Amino acid sequence: MEGNLNLVGYGLSAIGGAIGVGLVFAAYINGVARQPEAQRVLQPIAFLGLALTEALAILGLVFAFVL
Amino acid sequence: MTPLALPAADGGTFTPPTLEDMHLPAIFPWGEGEGFSKQMLLVLLSVVFIAWFFIAASRKGQLVPGKLQFLGESAYGFVRNSIGKDIIGGRDFMKFVPLLFALFFFILVNNIYGAIPFFQLPTMSHVGGAYFLAGFVYITWIGVGLRKYGPRFIKLTIVPSGVPWFILPIVVPIEIISNFIVRPMTHSLRLFATMLAGHLVVALAGSGIAFLIAQENVLLQGTSLLVLVGATAMYGLEALIMVLQAYVFTLLTAIYIQGALHADAH
Repeated sequence: MEGNLNLVGYGLSAIGGAIGVGLVFAAYINGVARQPEAQRVLQPIAFLGLALTEALAILGLVFAFVL
Repeated sequence: MTPLALPAADGGTFTPPTLEDMHLPAIFPWGEGEGFSKQMLLVLLSVVFIAWFFIAASRKGQLVPGKLQFLGESAYGFVRNSIGKDIIGGRDFMKFVPLLFALFFFILVNNIYGAIPFFQLPTMSHVGGAYFLAGFVYITWIGVGLRKYGPRFIKLTIVPSGVPWFILPIVVPIEIISNFIVRPMTHSLRLFATMLAGHLVVALAGSGIAFLIAQENVLLQGTSLLVLVGATAMYGLEALIMVLQAYVFTLLTAIYIQGALHADAH
């Protein structure tokens, strides 16, 4: 059995990003459920949070291929 | 199509598609590894599609819009209101609507190629296109900031106000790295990585089906149906992600421009 251990490491590190994205959208859904009018305000904030959190997973993907 | 034909050809073992399968041979090659590739053709086609659609939609401007005009107007209204007005806001957003509008539809059409049979290749699954788009946005927001604040913009961006002086040696390098190095990198790689991953999943499912259906065991052949069901679900998810990434890319562009316009606000 052969392969690259980097990819296993990347799989493990993606857990962090996954939890982060989950938290961002949980908060967004919570906010909209409590205050439906706030949806327009919250939506860009939620996607900005998604983008910032996802950056970690993207850096991990790059390093998994580069290193 | 080539990656789908490969596994059946070598019979015995299953070879998953690799990153190399993303680089299809050039249509009109010239020189070593250069040429007019499928991605270039798709980019040119996307410009034709977008121009054709919006010219057709806006040619007969009527007070009560027809179906096509309504579609074009709501597409424009979406970018203008929910990205431009809500993020950049105030008086200056109209200046940037053409940029945001062009970026959104260019990326949307180039991504959605991945979900259309026959095209079946998101242009941004080659990293060059994503680098160029993010580089363009990078130059734009720095230019916007420098034009409004002059050289002071660099200081405003890297030195957050209200931070005690003894923390500055730590904060300033972090701000430089996050604003000027990591920001364009993640901006381009986000688009590229999601498109590449989505394309790889579809290619993997396709080659998996082709491999399973060529087996002699009937039960193994039957499992290819399960792969087909799963692949169809993934295909739907990928189509959603393609639209979402176009939105996220444009949203981030708007946020960067907004940050440059209001660099002294925080």
